[in-house]
Amino acid sequence: MGDSQYSFSLTTFSPSGKLVQIEHALTAVGSGQTSLGIKAANGVVIATEKKLPSILVDEASVQKIQVLTPNIGVVYSGMGPDSRVLVRKSRKQAEQYHRLYKESIPVTQLVRETAAVMQEFTQSGAGRPMLGWLQTILDFNVKLKKTKLRALGNMSHKKTLLGVRPFGVSLLVAGFDDNGPQLYQVDPSGSYFSWKASAMGKNVSNAKTFLEKRYTDDMELDDAVHTAILTLKEGYMHLKLLFF
Amino acid sequence: MSIFEYNGSALIAMVGKNCFAIASDRRFGVQLQTVATDFQKIYRIHDRVFLGLSGLATDAQTLYQRLVFRHKLYQLREERDMKPETFASLVSALLYEKRFGPYFCQPVIAGLGDEDKPFICTMDSIGAKELAKDFVVAGTASESLYGACEAMFKPDMEPEELFEIISQALLSSVDRDCLSGWGGHVYVVTPTEVKERILKGRMD
Repeated sequence: MGDSQYSFSLTTFSPSGKLVQIEHALTAVGSGQTSLGIKAANGVVIATEKKLPSILVDEASVQKIQVLTPNIGVVYSGMGPDSRVLVRKSRKQAEQYHRLYKESIPVTQLVRETAAVMQEFTQSGAGRPMLGWLQTILDFNVKLKKTKLRALGNMSHKKTLLGVRPFGVSLLVAGFDDNGPQLYQVDPSGSYFSWKASAMGKNVSNAKTFLEKRYTDDMELDDAVHTAILTLKEGYMHLKLLFF
Repeated sequence: MSIFEYNGSALIAMVGKNCFAIASDRRFGVQLQTVATDFQKIYRIHDRVFLGLSGLATDAQTLYQRLVFRHKLYQLREERDMKPETFASLVSALLYEKRFGPYFCQPVIAGLGDEDKPFICTMDSIGAKELAKDFVVAGTASESLYGACEAMFKPDMEPEELFEIISQALLSSVDRDCLSGWGGHVYVVTPTEVKERILKGRMD
């Protein structure tokens, strides 16, 4: 994956055993727009507020909820560009599965593979093409090939780190397959959870409390849509109240 | 001498009423010499999917091992068995991977799909699938097998009758082929059980 000579991770363990970069990534997610998902008895709904920075933005061109396959969709909280990379990779993985088995990919499998991609970026320099011109000066010993050594010149005074960072998004993947409706949350660390209902981004605690109160196992899809909108409204109202 | 005629084989799969049967000969030979008379050419992938491999024996064995590997991982990852249609697509993809240096095998896949619907198919050595509703054949005796099956087959047979028909078709066809024979091996699969039977034919 990538050029193994220069692929390494910026995510390293702290003495307390935490991966600080992932914590920061989760903070980035937590300050993103609220998104939520609710699993009903006969379907799943995912929702987010499409808050545009100005009225001049062409609203139709912004896509926050994306389709991965005809029966799986995804919404994100966090950095939009990062989510686009993941959507692209996931779509490709889903198609590769279909090419091999001529069957649509089960939701769990797609979630698993997407999560694996996110995990890779916390541990190795996966999938990033490295340019041989820049020099990497590291604190520990790295064997450099002779050709690349020649290209270094007098760059020794600069510290140019080449590596990858974790994704700054959490995804809510909603899908419907042979096992019925499913809702998964995938975090920047690569861990994934199956939820009956969940929220991410700003106001997540309020949203989750609201969902906990309102969720029932035998909800119909229309009820779930209604609840989703109410939950988003709740967060919006709460924010408004905060400023008054 | 064609590479497909190095070992010799005969394979049939037939569809019945909510059941299927898959049968093969038992000869393992190296050109004119018979080396074994109990050689297995039909493999059970799981209770509802069976794979028969004709052609070069070494390629058949390797291909089978690769497919079992893939299926086991699939079972672990997806926590379910592969459907026969999915399995056939996988075999086709694997064979086409070696398009310019192929496995010299012709597989026959038979299984019970959703709602116990029987599924059979065969493909050539580079993965071109051939689906059929009645029967599929493969191997050095395929021409005789086509004739025998066409004559003897009728749709919606019960398992017992299906067994009789497929056995007769197999035994009569391998008698016309010097590279296959030495008995038969028949599996009759219904949603509830798998019946494996050995046939005694002309031992030559």
